[in-house]
Formats: sequence, structure tokens, C-alpha cells
Amino acid sequence: MIEKRPLATWFSHTVLILGVAVVAFPIWITFVGASHDAIRMPQVPLPLLPGDQFFINLKAAFVEGVGNAKEQSVGIMMFNSLIMALMIAGGKIAISLLSAFAIVYFRFPFRMIFFWMIFITLMLPVEVRILPTFEVVANLGMLNNYWGLTVPLIASATATFMFRQVFLTVPDELLEAARIDGAGPMRFFKDILLPVSRTNIAALFVILFIYGWNQYLWPLLITTDKSMYTIVMGIKQMLEAAEEAPEWHLIMMTTLLAMIPPVLVVIGMQKLFIKGLTETEK
Amino acid sequence: MARVLIENITKSYGETEVLHGINTDISDGEFIVIVGPSGCGKSTLLRMIAGLEDISSGTISIDGRVVNTLEPKDRDIAMVFQNYALYPHMTVFKNMAYGLKLRKFSKKNIKIRVHQAAKLLQLEELLERKPRQLSGGQRQRVAMGRCIVREPKVFLFDEPLSNLDAKLRVQMRLELRKLHKRLKVTSIYVTHDQVEAMTLGDRLVVINDGYAEQIGPPLELYEKPASIFVAGFLGSPAMNFISAQISADGKTAQLSEDVKVPVANPLSKQGITEKKVTFGIRPEHFSLSDKEKTGLPLRVDHAEFHGASTMIYGRLPGNDELITVRLPHIHHISPETVLMLTALPEHIHIFDQKTGKRI
Repeated sequence: MIEKRPLATWFSHTVLILGVAVVAFPIWITFVGASHDAIRMPQVPLPLLPGDQFFINLKAAFVEGVGNAKEQSVGIMMFNSLIMALMIAGGKIAISLLSAFAIVYFRFPFRMIFFWMIFITLMLPVEVRILPTFEVVANLGMLNNYWGLTVPLIASATATFMFRQVFLTVPDELLEAARIDGAGPMRFFKDILLPVSRTNIAALFVILFIYGWNQYLWPLLITTDKSMYTIVMGIKQMLEAAEEAPEWHLIMMTTLLAMIPPVLVVIGMQKLFIKGLTETEK
Repeated sequence: MARVLIENITKSYGETEVLHGINTDISDGEFIVIVGPSGCGKSTLLRMIAGLEDISSGTISIDGRVVNTLEPKDRDIAMVFQNYALYPHMTVFKNMAYGLKLRKFSKKNIKIRVHQAAKLLQLEELLERKPRQLSGGQRQRVAMGRCIVREPKVFLFDEPLSNLDAKLRVQMRLELRKLHKRLKVTSIYVTHDQVEAMTLGDRLVVINDGYAEQIGPPLELYEKPASIFVAGFLGSPAMNFISAQISADGKTAQLSEDVKVPVANPLSKQGITEKKVTFGIRPEHFSLSDKEKTGLPLRVDHAEFHGASTMIYGRLPGNDELITVRLPHIHHISPETVLMLTALPEHIHIFDQKTGKRI
């Protein structure tokens, strides 16, 4: 929409700038906080301009470690988070692609029952079934490892639904042409269906990566070994320094670092992400 | 290349039968067109030959082999779809090569075949493009190329030209015809467009409501339609139908209360007396009577000038049906004039009003 009314232009810009400021200000404060030393941070008022300690804090976070006993390196926590987010995103996509494929293209007995069973899991997120799930994971000996961190989070009704919708928009003729060309079901899945839903997979990957990265409650429950801590829960642990005041400068630095991978994923996959959510032509 | 034999094919969805026993014998290298209005079951029949729909009863055999239970890929057929169904993420080359790749052709062999087909269809410059970068006509040709490279026994076409604009359609029709002459592969072509059917087919199968109304060469169907449906379906503008009562002696036909026309060859010879019939006369078969008093009196409603011919629309007395007449050259005829029309006896088709069949 193009309108040539100066007042409207001025107004919409004000709203947009205010919106950006609301979103950006906390991030700016985080950055500023990460660039001061331990003495400046607890003082009032909060600093609004960056200090000169940024690289010293960066080194402290990565090399010397953070937390009570300075034994946790941010690097290891980020690596754990990365593995967890990738496994959750990859696992969810793989499983929901296959289950949507089964539901849309195969006429097996009790198909609708399975469909509704998947649907019902929407109402049972991990938070609701946290005790029984913990019991199962503990019995399977998956505490304190990546499997325990990810497997219970992988089953996903939302992604299955999304792929079901995507597959329903793929014209039947494509399947028929592939059948005449001599493709079996798995061939069709690999050669036609996957490439055709490429952008949707990318869009979902972005969403699921961030979902995985931001997991807090489940890792908190399942990991007791410090080497398996993820960064989001790591930040929380740092706040609970028992005797001393929290080391705000290091906490802010860790927070800043924790924001980087999701941002990279979003920027890197921006084009595919938008295409996947808006493109309808198959 | 192969003979396709269709015997007593029926198709039911649950309780409803949509095809009622179709029989056709398609000989090797023949171009057969299945034509009918939408929803008559013609596409279903084609899809049954392709193996995309189950056969409820009857048998289909290709090259002497019953294919009822074979997968589409094992029937040695290729199909062009109405919306082309090109793989959107593959280049033209890959689209055409896909079937060969799955059939484990060598890379070199695939390349040779695809390039041959591309040359035949003038697609050589487009091989590296994606389908979305092509125009409708080009997509259409790629879809054909995908069939040609496989060198199947039978080509199946499911209304392949209906997504093209009128000019391109005429052009592709000619190209299809030429291609078939060169390749001589048995082809089965489904369309609802009677012009396409008449110009493309060696033989036509006219389907109406799941029954094969008539099977034969286009001209035979045009000149001797077996039923009112075939007569009305083929030819443009459509045939005029006039219902009439044949007199007891078979010499005259009562068209309406005050119009009685003599029948040239007394129908009594064929044993047609006292019967309700429908006369069918094509618009182009009418001519103006030289005598003032004989013929069908047509009250002109309006006339259209098409350049080479003049179309006259009018009504017969006591009948509300619009009659179309096509006269060669330009005639200036004003509305409300009464024209006396005649037609040669061999151009008058007579159908039984009850059964709709030709008498």
C-alpha cells in the first residue's frame, strides 16, 4: 500500500521505531553489561554506555569458566545446547516427515485412529507428563546424556500436521507421474516429496532449532552432571550463586553468547524461512 | 508399439457404476481419441489403462498381455497429464531422464535419448531450465518428451491441450499429429473438445454416461452418427434436431400442427410408419429452396456474418427451438423474413425418439 500522507508516514515510523526500541533496548543493556567489570555492575544506576572490559569478560567466559567454582566453560555449555537443538530439530523433522507421509499417502487400517492419536499428543507437552517421562528416561539409563536430553522432546504433532498440510497441496498427478516413471513409495518420498517440501523443512528447522535451544525445564531435570549442562539452564545456575553476589558481567556475556546461534540460524535461513511460510505453488 | 484390447471394462465406486462395459480393440500404431462431455468417464477409462485406477471387471491387455493387476510402471506405458505434472524441482533434462534413471539406463544412453527427444521437440536450448521458467507450450512439450524418451508401447494423453490458449492449441494439435506420424506409437487420447477429436483421431470412441455410444473413424461418425448424442456432440455449430410424427403411409412427416412436409424417399419402405422420430440436419446441409412453396418455412430471428459464410438463426412455426442454418457466402437477410429451406435426403438423419438411436 502506498499512501502519500505525511502524517501517516510519520505516525507509522514512530510506531516502528518505538517497537524496535522496545525489542532492542534489553539486548543493548546485555551488551553494555557484558563490557563492564564486576565492580561497576551491581552499582546504581545501571550503565548505559559500553565499558572497556568486553574482551576480558569474553576470555573469562570461555577460558576461565563461569559459575560458583569457575569450572564451567561457556564453550561446553554452548556445544551441549547446539547438539541438543540440532538433535531435536533434526529428529522432529525426520519423524514428522515420515509420519505425515504415512498418513497422507498410505491407506492402512486404523489410519484415522493413528492420526488422532498423534493429534492428542498436542495436549500433552513434556511439562504435563514430566514425572512419568522422567521415570521412563531414568529407567532407560538416559540421564545425563544427549539421548535423554532430546528423545522425549522429539515426537511432534505440530510438525506432523504441518507436513500433512504440505503434502496435501502436492498435486496427485505428481505421484501418478512418478508411479508411471517407475518410482516406488520411498523413491517418490526421496526424489519428489522431499525436494518439493524443501522450503517448508527449512522454515520448520528454524522454528524447531530455537525451540530446542531454548529448552530449560527438561535439561534442568535430566542433567546433574555439569559437563552436560546446557547454556540456558547454565545462566540460571549462575544466578544462584550461594554466598557471593551474582557476577552480572559474566552472566550478561553468557547471555549474549547464548543469543548468537539462534540469530545466525535465523539470518542464514531467512530466505528459505519466508518462502517456506508463504510460498504455495508446488 | 502394441495392440490394446479393452474387453467389457466396468468401473464402480461403491454402488455406483460409472463405466458400463466398454469394448474397444485398438490396433498397433493407431491414434484413438476418447471423447465425451465432462464427467462421462473418459478420464477414468484412460486411468484404468494406465493402472492408476483399479479395474472393477473386464480385462485390459497391452500387446497380448493382460495388465489388470500390473503396476503402472510395468505396463510399458507413458502418460501426459492435463497439468503436465512436471517435477518442479528438476530441470527439463532431469524431468525427462527420471524414468530412464529409475529403469537403470546407463548415463550415456540417457543422454543420447534425452537429446534425441529434445531435438525432436525443439527443447534443446531449454534442457537446463526448471519447469517454472517455461511457458505453457514448452511445459507441454517437456511432458511429451518425458514420454518419448521411454519409448513405451502406448502413449496416454489426458486432455493435454486444455490448459493452452486457443492459438497454441491448434499449433500443438498439428505437432502432435506430426509426431504420431513419425513415431507410430499406439496412442490413446482423451478430450472433451470435439474439434481436437475430429482432427487428431484415426478413430473416435464417443462416451456418454459411461457407455460407448459409437466407435469409428471421425468422418463416419460425422456422416452416420449412431445416436442423437453423437450427432449433437460432433460438429460445430451443432446439428439441428426437429421432432416429427411420421404419417401412417410413411410419406409425410408432421413437424407441428400446421407444418407437414413430404418425405422424399417414403420411409414406409424401411417399415417406419406412425412413429415419433427426430430429424437431425446439420446447419451446413440446409439450402434455400428455389421454389417458393416447398420446404421448411423458417422465420428468421437474426443473422451473423462470418465472412465466408452466414449463420442464420430462426424458428419453425409452432416450435420454439432455435434452428441454425449456415449458408455459404454473404446473404443479407433481415429478421422476420420467412425462408424456405430444403435439405438433401442423404443429409437428413432420422433417430428414434424413444431410444435416441439412428433409424
